[in-house]
Amino acid sequence: MISVQHEDFNIGVEYESLRSLAVSPGAIVTFTGLVRQIYDQDSESEVVQALYLEHYPGMTEQKLTDIQNQAHSEWEILESKIIHRVGELKADDQIVFVGVASRHREDGFLAAQYMMDFLKSEAPFWKKQRTEKDNKWVNSRNSDLKAIRKWR
Amino acid sequence: MVVKADILFAKGTREMLKIHYFASLREQMGRECDDLVLPDNVFNVAELIDSIKQSDAIFKDVFASTPKILVAVNQVVVSKDCQLSEDDEIAFFPPMTGG
Repeated sequence: MISVQHEDFNIGVEYESLRSLAVSPGAIVTFTGLVRQIYDQDSESEVVQALYLEHYPGMTEQKLTDIQNQAHSEWEILESKIIHRVGELKADDQIVFVGVASRHREDGFLAAQYMMDFLKSEAPFWKKQRTEKDNKWVNSRNSDLKAIRKWR
Repeated sequence: MVVKADILFAKGTREMLKIHYFASLREQMGRECDDLVLPDNVFNVAELIDSIKQSDAIFKDVFASTPKILVAVNQVVVSKDCQLSEDDEIAFFPPMTGG
C-alpha cells in the first residue's frame, strides 16, 4: 500500500491495519519521520518554522510502488505500507511512515530501512524550508546517497 | 545551429512534448511546464537540452547555474542519451530530498 497525502496519519491505525492484513505475522516494524525543528546543513544550524513538500504526481506513486515491490522481492515480508505527506508542514509534524509486517524481525528491519533509504533519494519529493532568515530549497545530502549504495 | 523559439514552441497539429519543471527549477524558470514540437534534428535528451538552450535564455541560465539537474522521460529518471519520441513527457528537477 502506498499513500501520498496532505493529511496527517495515525501510527496506531497503521499498525493495526498491518496487523490485521498480514497472515500470521511474527513482527511489525514501523518507522516515522518527523520535520526537524533544528536543521543542520553546510555547518549551519537554523530553526525551521515550516516545511513545504513538493512532488511529481504520478511518478511519485510509481516510484514508491517500485521501491515497495523491490523490498517484497528481497525479503520475506507479508505486508507493507508507505505514507508520505506533501504540502505545508510545521516543525515536529509527521512527514513519512514506513511499516512492515513479517514473520521474523530481521526481514522487517531490513525491508523498512531499505524502503526509507531509497525513498529519500529516488522518490520525486523536494523540501523547501522556511526559517527566520529565509525560504530555501533543501539540498540533497551525500549521506543519503551513501545510504543507498550500501544496498548495491 | 540556431533553432528559433517560434519554431520550438509552435502549436500545431503535430504531437507535442510536455516539459515539466519541479522545485527550484520551476521557480527559476518562472513556469511549471512547456509544450513543444520535437525538432527534426533532436533525437535524445542531450540534444533536446542543447536545442532549448539556444532558444530560451532563462533555460540556458538555469542549466548553467544549477550544479545537478536530473531528467525523467515518461516519469522514469534517464541518462542524457535516452532517445525521445514526439509525445514524450519530460521533466527536469534537482536531486530529490524526500523522507
